[in-house]
Amino acid sequence: MAKIELNGIRKTFDQTAILKGIDLAIEDGEFIALIGPSGCGKSTLLRIIAGLEPQSSGEVRIDGVQVDGIRPSARNLAMVFQSYALYPHLSVFDNIAVPLRMRRHSALARMPLIGRLHPERGRTERGIREDVERVAAQLELAALLKRKPGQLSGGQRQRVAVGRAIVRQPLGFLFDEPLSNLDAKLRVHMRAELAQLHRQLKATFVYVTHDQAEAMTMSSRIAVMIEGNVVQIGTPAEVYENPRDIRVAEFVGSPKINAMPGVIREDRGLEVLGRQLRLGTAAAAGRCTVCVRPERMEIGPGPGTIAGIVTHLEHLGAEAFIHVKVDRIDLPLLARVSPDQQLPEIGSAIHLGFSDNAVRAFDAAGKRIDVAVPARSERVREKALG
Amino acid sequence: MTPRHRSLVWSATRHLLLLCGAVFILLPFVWMISTASKPQTEIFTKSIHFIPQTFALWDNFATAFGKASLWRFLVNGVVVTASIFVLQVLIALPAAYALAKLRFAGREVLFALVLFCILIPPQATAIPVFLLFHQLGILDSYAALIVPFTISAFGIFLMRQFFKTVPDDLIEAARMDGISEFGIVWRVMLPTAIPALTAFGIFSVVAHWNDYFWPLIVLNSEHLRTPPLGVASFRNEEAGTNYGPLMAAAIVIIAPLVVAFLLAQRRFIEGITLTGIK
Repeated sequence: MAKIELNGIRKTFDQTAILKGIDLAIEDGEFIALIGPSGCGKSTLLRIIAGLEPQSSGEVRIDGVQVDGIRPSARNLAMVFQSYALYPHLSVFDNIAVPLRMRRHSALARMPLIGRLHPERGRTERGIREDVERVAAQLELAALLKRKPGQLSGGQRQRVAVGRAIVRQPLGFLFDEPLSNLDAKLRVHMRAELAQLHRQLKATFVYVTHDQAEAMTMSSRIAVMIEGNVVQIGTPAEVYENPRDIRVAEFVGSPKINAMPGVIREDRGLEVLGRQLRLGTAAAAGRCTVCVRPERMEIGPGPGTIAGIVTHLEHLGAEAFIHVKVDRIDLPLLARVSPDQQLPEIGSAIHLGFSDNAVRAFDAAGKRIDVAVPARSERVREKALG
Repeated sequence: MTPRHRSLVWSATRHLLLLCGAVFILLPFVWMISTASKPQTEIFTKSIHFIPQTFALWDNFATAFGKASLWRFLVNGVVVTASIFVLQVLIALPAAYALAKLRFAGREVLFALVLFCILIPPQATAIPVFLLFHQLGILDSYAALIVPFTISAFGIFLMRQFFKTVPDDLIEAARMDGISEFGIVWRVMLPTAIPALTAFGIFSVVAHWNDYFWPLIVLNSEHLRTPPLGVASFRNEEAGTNYGPLMAAAIVIIAPLVVAFLLAQRRFIEGITLTGIK
């Protein structure tokens, strides 16, 4: 069980800055997901925590102890790799036993042939056998212990890789896109298994993925990394509902959030696509971007709605997406609808609207700006209701 | 011509060409076996015949083993080629691992130097090495036969190319598990590199088992002779060259290579299926 702290981690490869000063405190027993588009530096950050890659500057602390310059194996973290990285020539049993053998046997006892003569070896080996079998039973690998990795399916290999990681009871686990080589169905299954494992072990999990579904479903907190910076850290719901940066809003959520060009007027009113919204903001006047999630888009005519043409329909069974081409925006706007309602024809005209509380607005630099219904109109509404 | 005819004609020509090549390559071997099976009187006849009238193979073998110390030559050959291969592997694997997977200043320059070394023919360095060994006083010994070949630039190159294909994840997993860098070479890289190592082993063993040039230069003593030198000793018999036993000895000498190659060929295929990394 460990708290992992990163202070001002920077990494430069041949003058290209990969990580630009990462500060991150990972709590003891937390399941944190590092997500971001490919090339954002999330895997590099994980490898720095593991000690496989030295950072250019900054420090890593595990349980308050600075571990910079300490060998990966001495940091007492375990890592599960995307390609599983099992030893192809060793059986499942031996694969899981490797970390224990490296730790518990003396160098002499590990020597081929003459190691067998070492007096302590037999007893240690019995202890290792017990531990490997316990882990194998936990991961339902008991029947596969004699097989080679080449004879296993993707999911089984994944479990062996997890077994090799948990058998030595490390302080924390590092996962580098562990599910991305599995097919979709197995991925969903393994997601549940990993979340279950985390509840069981109560250890610190750091999980790198580009798949936001994995991050959203398993983790207690998500750190969104973009271009070498941690842009936002929060619970999955927070990151989804309250993105602090337009890049976070666009990266999290599938399909992508609808982004529409807007203007903050001198009188602090908000306009989108030339239509005035009932919302106001304290931010300075200028260009802005108004974003609305596809599921918050409402279909049907009304005051202030946006007119467009249906260009494409995606029927996914449980939901359907309507792509709507609107003037002055290159990308079509997406609306998520329930498939039991009548879908419009492709090419037909349609009106899109959204409620005030669905709006997430960002300034020209991409930072979130708070918008609210101005106090004046609140009063008007109260009067109307009263 | 229909496509079917054309493919038939093409396939026939192809086989004919291959057959010619095979005959060309195999003929000396057939002639060797044929000569080894003939008595001395039958070898020097005007007419060419492959099947001996009197089958004298066993007599020739007996003469070969009786006359020269053929067993001794074979043992020498095994000691020398095995030592060379083991030492080559001991040096080439760590070197190849460093060149393929470790990051250090000057790595590319070092690798270029290794490539350059492949270009140097052994004959070019023969005289300097001979003089050096003379100074060291190790001429005419096993050491003189083995030491010059322990560092194989080709071996380093071949293994480096293979190690490049081993995923970094595997090495990093080994580091996380607490295996040292030398441990990675022997416990992780060596087992995954069996196919490449087999290929290298074939090259190395064939080259040094058959090497005639270097043993001829550094050896004087009869008892250190390697198989090719041993065969040659049949030529120097005072009673003229005795071709029957000479060819019988040649069969004995190439037999281990043929057997080793057939075994290694199977290992090759096994080795390739062994790499189940992903």
